[in-house]
Amino acid sequence: MEVMDVSLIGKGLIIIGAGVGLGMIGGRAMEAIARQPEAAGKIQTAMIIVAALLEGVAFAALFA
Amino acid sequence: MKKDNTVKILLAIFLVLFSVNIFAQDHGVEHVGNAESEAHQGPGAIDTKEEVADYIDHHLQDSHYFNFFSDGSIGEHYGFPLPVILWDSGLKVFSSSKFHHGEEVANVDGNYYMLHHNKIYKTNAEGAVTYDEDEHVANEKPLDFSITKNVLAMLFVSFLMFFVFKGLASSYKNKDIPTGFGRVLEPLVLYVRDDIAKPNIGPKYRKYMGFLLTVFFFILILNLFGLTPLGINVTGNIAVTFCLALATFFIVQFSGNKHYWKHIFWMPGVPIPMKIVLMPIEILGMLTKPFALMIRLFANMTAGHVVVMSLLGLIVIFQNWIAGPAFFGFTLFISIIELLVAFLQAYIFTLLSALYIGMAVEDHDHHPNDHSDDIPVI
Repeated sequence: MEVMDVSLIGKGLIIIGAGVGLGMIGGRAMEAIARQPEAAGKIQTAMIIVAALLEGVAFAALFA
Repeated sequence: MKKDNTVKILLAIFLVLFSVNIFAQDHGVEHVGNAESEAHQGPGAIDTKEEVADYIDHHLQDSHYFNFFSDGSIGEHYGFPLPVILWDSGLKVFSSSKFHHGEEVANVDGNYYMLHHNKIYKTNAEGAVTYDEDEHVANEKPLDFSITKNVLAMLFVSFLMFFVFKGLASSYKNKDIPTGFGRVLEPLVLYVRDDIAKPNIGPKYRKYMGFLLTVFFFILILNLFGLTPLGINVTGNIAVTFCLALATFFIVQFSGNKHYWKHIFWMPGVPIPMKIVLMPIEILGMLTKPFALMIRLFANMTAGHVVVMSLLGLIVIFQNWIAGPAFFGFTLFISIIELLVAFLQAYIFTLLSALYIGMAVEDHDHHPNDHSDDIPVI
C-alpha cells in the first residue's frame, strides 16, 4: 500500500482557512464600501494589505 | 477619430501578444508530446504527463541557454547560448554551447564541467557523477557567476528602465508635460508617490522615493516579461526576491530612529516582565517582515506560471476537440488574471516596503503617551 503524505491534509486545511479569511475580508470590505461609498479608496487599500498578509501566511505554509 | 484608432491598435497588439504567448508555449509542449509518441517503442518510455511536468519544471528554473522553443521529435533547440563565467581557482569564461544542452562534458583548459539539472559541476573526462547517501550530486561545484537567462533579463530590464526614465526626466526640462511613452509612466510614478509613499511614510517620504520607484518598476516590468513568450521567470526565482527583500530589510534598519529601536528592545508603556517577553518577539518580527515579502512575491509568480503552464499541458494530455478549446479559454482567462497579479504584486511589495519604512521613521513626539494612532504592528 502506498504511504500517504499527511502534510497534504494540512495544506488543504490551510487553503480552506485562507479561503474563508479572504472571503470575510472581501465581504466586510464590500459592506463597508456600501455604507460609505466615499471611503472606497481607503477601504480598498486596507483590504489589499490585509489580503496580502493573509496570502503570505498561506503561501509560506504551502511551500514549507 | 484618431483616439479611437489608438485604442483599437493597442487592443490588437494585446490580442496578438496573448495569442503568440499561447502559441509559443503550446508549440514546445506539443512537440514534446510528439517525441513521446515516437519514443514509445522502447522500454522505459516517459508518458505525456511526466513530459509536461518536466517542461513546466524547466520553464520555472533558471537556465544557461536562452531557449525560445524546442523540437522534441528531432531533439533540436531554438535559442542562443549564454556565457558561462566560473570561478574555480581562476576565472573560466566559455560559451554554454559547449555543454550541448547538458548532453556533453565541457573541456576548459584541462578542467571538465558538466550540467546536471541546470547546475554546473566539476567532473572528469567521462562525465562521472558521484552521489552521496541522500542521492544528491556530490561532485565539486565551482562558483557560478554566469550570465544566465534570469541575469540577462534583469540586465535588460535595468537598461530599459535607465533609458526610459532618463528620457522621462529630461523631457521635464523643456515642457511641463512629458511626451511619448513618458505619458504612460508619469501617472504610475505619481501613483507611487501620492498613494504609496506619502500616506505610509509621512513627511520624510522624499528620501525613499528612489528605492520605492525602482522596486515598483523593476518588479512590474519583470512580471510583465514573465507573461511574454520569452519564457523567463525572474520574479518567480527565490534568490531574486530574497535580494529585493534584503534591500528593504537594510533600508528599514538603517533608517530606524530611536523610537523604532526602543519599541523593539524596550517596549514603552508595558510592565517590565512584558518588556523582556516582547523583545525576542519584536526581533523575530523584524526578520519575518522581509521574509514574508520574499515568499509572497516568489510564491505568487511561481504559482501563476504553474497554473498557466498546467492548463496548457492539459490540452496535450487530453488531445481532443472538446478539451482543446476549453483549456485554451481557461488559459486566456488565467493569463488576463496574471496581468492583474503582475500589477498587484508590484504594488503590494512597494506598499509593504513603504509601510515598514514608515514604521521605522515615524515621529512619536506629537503624541508621547497616546499610541492609539500608531500603525498596527503587522
